[in-house]
Amino acid sequence: MKTLQDLKDIKAAKGGQIDIRFNPDTAEAAVKTYVLVCGGTGCQSNHSVEVMEELKKLIDAAGKKDDIQIIQTGCQGLCAKGPIMVVHPGNVFYQEVKPDMVEKIFNEHILRGVPVEEYLMMEELPSGEKIHYVDSPFYKDQLRMALRNCGKIDPEDIDEYIARDGYLALAKALKEMTPDDVIKEVVDSGLRGRGGGGFPTGKKWMFASANRGEVQKFVACNADEGDPGAFMDRSILEGDPHSVLEAMAIAGYAIGANQGYIYVRAEYPIAVDRLKIALDQARDYGVLGKNIFGSGFDFDVDLRLGAGAFVCGEETALMTSIEGNRGEPRPRPPFPAVKGLFAQPTVLNNVETYANIPQIILNGASWFNQYGTETSKGTKVFALGGKVNNTGLVEVPMGATLRQVVEEIGGGVPNGKKFKAAQTGGPSGGCIPAKSYDVPIDYESLKAIGSMMGSGGMIVLDEDNCMVDIAKFYLGFTVSESCGKCTPCRIGTKRMLEILEKISAGRGEIEDLDKLDELAHYIQANALCGLGQTAPNPILSTIEHFRDEYEAHIIEKRCPAGVCKALLNYVIDPEKCKGCTKCARNCPVGAISGAVKQPHVIDPAKCIKCGACMENCAFGAISRK
Amino acid sequence: MADIKVTVDNITVTVPEGSTLLDAAHKAGIDIPTLCYLRDINEIGACRICVCEVVGARALVAACVYPCTDGMVAYTNTEKIKDYRRKTLQLILSDHDQDCLGCVRSTDCELQALCKRYGVEKTDYYEGVKNDFAIDASSASIVRDNNKCILCRRCTAACEKYQSIGVIGANDRGFATHIGSAFELPLAETSCVNCGQCIVACPVGALHEQDATAAVKAALADPSKTVVVQAAPSVRVGLGECFGMPIGAEVEGKMAAGMRRLGFDAVFDTNFSADLTIVEEANELIERVTKGGVLPMITSCSPGWIKFIEHYYPELLPNVSSCKSPQQMFGGVVKTFWAEKKGIDPKDIVSVSIMPCTAKKFECGRDDQSAAGVPDVDYALTTRELGRLINEAGIDFVNLPDEPYDDPLGESTGAAVIFGATGGVMEAALRTAVEWITGQQLGKDLLEFQDVRGVEGVKEASYKVGDLEVSVAVASGLANARKVLEMVKSGEKNYTFIEIMACPGGCVNGGGQPHVPAKIKNFIDVREVRAKGLYDLDEARPLRRSHENPSIKAIYDEYFGSYGSHKAHEVLHTTYVARKVNADHE
Repeated sequence: MKTLQDLKDIKAAKGGQIDIRFNPDTAEAAVKTYVLVCGGTGCQSNHSVEVMEELKKLIDAAGKKDDIQIIQTGCQGLCAKGPIMVVHPGNVFYQEVKPDMVEKIFNEHILRGVPVEEYLMMEELPSGEKIHYVDSPFYKDQLRMALRNCGKIDPEDIDEYIARDGYLALAKALKEMTPDDVIKEVVDSGLRGRGGGGFPTGKKWMFASANRGEVQKFVACNADEGDPGAFMDRSILEGDPHSVLEAMAIAGYAIGANQGYIYVRAEYPIAVDRLKIALDQARDYGVLGKNIFGSGFDFDVDLRLGAGAFVCGEETALMTSIEGNRGEPRPRPPFPAVKGLFAQPTVLNNVETYANIPQIILNGASWFNQYGTETSKGTKVFALGGKVNNTGLVEVPMGATLRQVVEEIGGGVPNGKKFKAAQTGGPSGGCIPAKSYDVPIDYESLKAIGSMMGSGGMIVLDEDNCMVDIAKFYLGFTVSESCGKCTPCRIGTKRMLEILEKISAGRGEIEDLDKLDELAHYIQANALCGLGQTAPNPILSTIEHFRDEYEAHIIEKRCPAGVCKALLNYVIDPEKCKGCTKCARNCPVGAISGAVKQPHVIDPAKCIKCGACMENCAFGAISRK
Repeated sequence: MADIKVTVDNITVTVPEGSTLLDAAHKAGIDIPTLCYLRDINEIGACRICVCEVVGARALVAACVYPCTDGMVAYTNTEKIKDYRRKTLQLILSDHDQDCLGCVRSTDCELQALCKRYGVEKTDYYEGVKNDFAIDASSASIVRDNNKCILCRRCTAACEKYQSIGVIGANDRGFATHIGSAFELPLAETSCVNCGQCIVACPVGALHEQDATAAVKAALADPSKTVVVQAAPSVRVGLGECFGMPIGAEVEGKMAAGMRRLGFDAVFDTNFSADLTIVEEANELIERVTKGGVLPMITSCSPGWIKFIEHYYPELLPNVSSCKSPQQMFGGVVKTFWAEKKGIDPKDIVSVSIMPCTAKKFECGRDDQSAAGVPDVDYALTTRELGRLINEAGIDFVNLPDEPYDDPLGESTGAAVIFGATGGVMEAALRTAVEWITGQQLGKDLLEFQDVRGVEGVKEASYKVGDLEVSVAVASGLANARKVLEMVKSGEKNYTFIEIMACPGGCVNGGGQPHVPAKIKNFIDVREVRAKGLYDLDEARPLRRSHENPSIKAIYDEYFGSYGSHKAHEVLHTTYVARKVNADHE
């Protein structure tokens, strides 16, 4: 059991080695070399563990164990360039580090202080100039609050978290604040739920705070992150698990609950492992458990693993699942704050929301709400993916524009293609077209343009993306993830998907657009839960902004982006064809014929539209029409 | 609870706090349509047919689960809402086997009624693939056709909440969601007890009994067969509903007349064997009490209950009375005593029963239910099946005269007829046992054991009988039975005698009784209404104690000798088997 003084001592002892990672330019001269290797899911699947092992071998062989420390961190953010390695002092980033590159970095940089230029993590500016990552907008333009520790501390060492003021917010709440003070601070901060709905967090806590000490209550954490392409919650759990535990304990104190549950996807094995380690350490230090900091307040947390149902990210389904039943939403009211887990008052927030709490308590509401817009305070983490140069996690203040995120931090659309739209909010969200590139990103303005914040997935689409196909993808996701409980979602979304399939197969009729619109509004109004109610959003927003594309599919039987296979034809330009026969040899179905050195032709009846001919043509003679 | 004021479609009503919008509308005389809602057991807001507008609410609300607040203003019947409801119905129809004309529930289907109410003209408005599910006809009692299922979950709620069994639930998800058993086991391979509460919960034709009417019609048409029929107590307060009569209408005499017109060679009454059950069971109880047998003794009339204890509490099987159920006692008597008396080879007798029950179909196929070497009962029909036979035969049931049952197996007392209500067997047994033990006749006021009457799930009472302290419990619905058994197992309670009926409220509410639409069931306790019909019959009977039944006295004089005799055991008693959960024999 640690006292507050113990924590302060740990912080003081650890301070030096932590400081250099956060303030590389101003930190005092380091006595050691620190090598940070990303241990997030992306980098691990790119063999970062082997990189670490290789490095360890070299350090041991050189007898430098006391001088060089390896730290496995959580996600650094720029997953596209992983595995990522950072060397301090110097704050030097290496990208795509393979085990066979380690020796050179070790010998030249770590031992002799000369960075290996060829492995450095570089960013190419639109001007073509290449700069070191730490000088790039991706690194400099972010405001990392929820992700503040991710990629910089060892998530498996509670002392590193403590060195970053960890559990001091909990101590402050318990020792200096009443539960109502805590709630007021959260209310005043303006923090809103980062999981999708954007409900004010403090208000939620206030609703659940009645009758403290008289009824059993629960604090739950939604770590069932399921939007396609979203992984900010995973990264926080992998990179800074204690921030969530600390926040849950603060929430427990605020509403009068002694038990927390984290509902986390079983598909996040690293996150689950790190949570388990964090829980053990927190209990060992007594920052979870009985009589925390001698305050008389008890709080503990258990993990519950989700079995992969997207719908379990919906709050009532999540609680039903924790209770041991089939994960299906239930009608609200009653709301969880009144009747939640096991029919008791429950506060449920998502991972990113919790990750903001300790700093709000430590630094105060006014520190937090200086960031963001009028209605949306603080920052938001986005998982940037799709047609963008810098795929990864970015955290920006609310109110940043899509253009800033995509063009500056994201490094723009690759291969000189044109930005077409960004899909935000996952299957519940919509597509933001280029004309809204400069709309500030906050809860209200995204909603106003037919999308939503969602949990923060942001998929960039370029001119090669077919919007009918995109709508079909998201709706297909909802159809297969619908729990099947209510009629509108179970059957209605399926019927919508069938219409979209018909359109992309070239069998669409113009009336289908009306039917889609009618069904979409019906489902929005009638479905039982948020998943169903928002399922039509991807269709409505694409019809609104890209109606011409739908009409091209329906009327002209043409897919302008060249994606919908049934509407494509591959043709050989006889002018350009040299008769080399390569296309015919690569056609898997023998659809191409022609004599050597004579123009070839494709038989559309046989062609399966796989595109192999086009890829293999050395003369650009084959095109898709 | 405090009262609150709610305005529904411009009508202001006062309702208790905690009322739903559905309740408030009902009070205002407005019928909000429902499909999935069953009061107390299925309050899930899933089907969305009951959506309404509440002023100030963010979205439409499901009236069946939406709690009213003081001053709330709601609209239940706007054109927009009706249009949405129509679309919900059309979507359901788009994945529904629309063979409505050939469906057993045609004209008796809640989906069909709503389609008519909302004028759903285009039943194929939404085109698309339909699920194609295999029909599960593995069970002796219950057939599931998921192609007609609308996924209201009323069946799964009944199985889990009423019966604490839960052998069915939602499998798969999204469009492929369907109701099935764990690991998709056929129902017959699960520990389903065949109670049929799922069937009476079903609003559509996705669940129905294994229909045996064709076999019965064939037997009736076969001149070489003597076809006898018995009808259980509860059928006489249910059958009328099949012909548009009020719920619980008493049709004892019309039923005899109807069965006679169907061509049965003898029209008997299960009430006779209910009296027989009482004298055998009271005798067994007194023997157990006086000779140190296993106590508490538990009744054995309800085959759903028997299969339940075999699966879930096999260690308590020695507590169950060895008496066959009245259906089986009756069949045994028909094929032994009556066959001998009439000089008919039991093999040429077709013994048919009319039961408020689907588990009886399983029971008549059990081992050790063949007193004459052939099954005691050949076909067990539900009340609904008898209704269909009478309807098909063109019999004007409502206007039939009252006719008597045939002798000698048609005579019965008031004690027999109350078997159909929870507590009835207990009361009938107490009437006989108390008089036998004390040797004194109970006065009229003491004859009615009010403590064990009523629809409450678990009832308890204690009686001083002579020198004995008799402590009894009555449970109906297997979830309630489970509570009682747990108290017995833990030693928390020391009962002498327990009555258990599988169905909530007893046989009047059995799985074979006519369907009552949820819109009525949610506001009227059908169990009480039907039970009242039985208690009225009891009160009107000249004889109200089973042991006073002259035909019972005669059969012991002529055939069995004494109560519990060797012969009585051969014909009237049976044995049980221990079973596993989701598996048959151990």
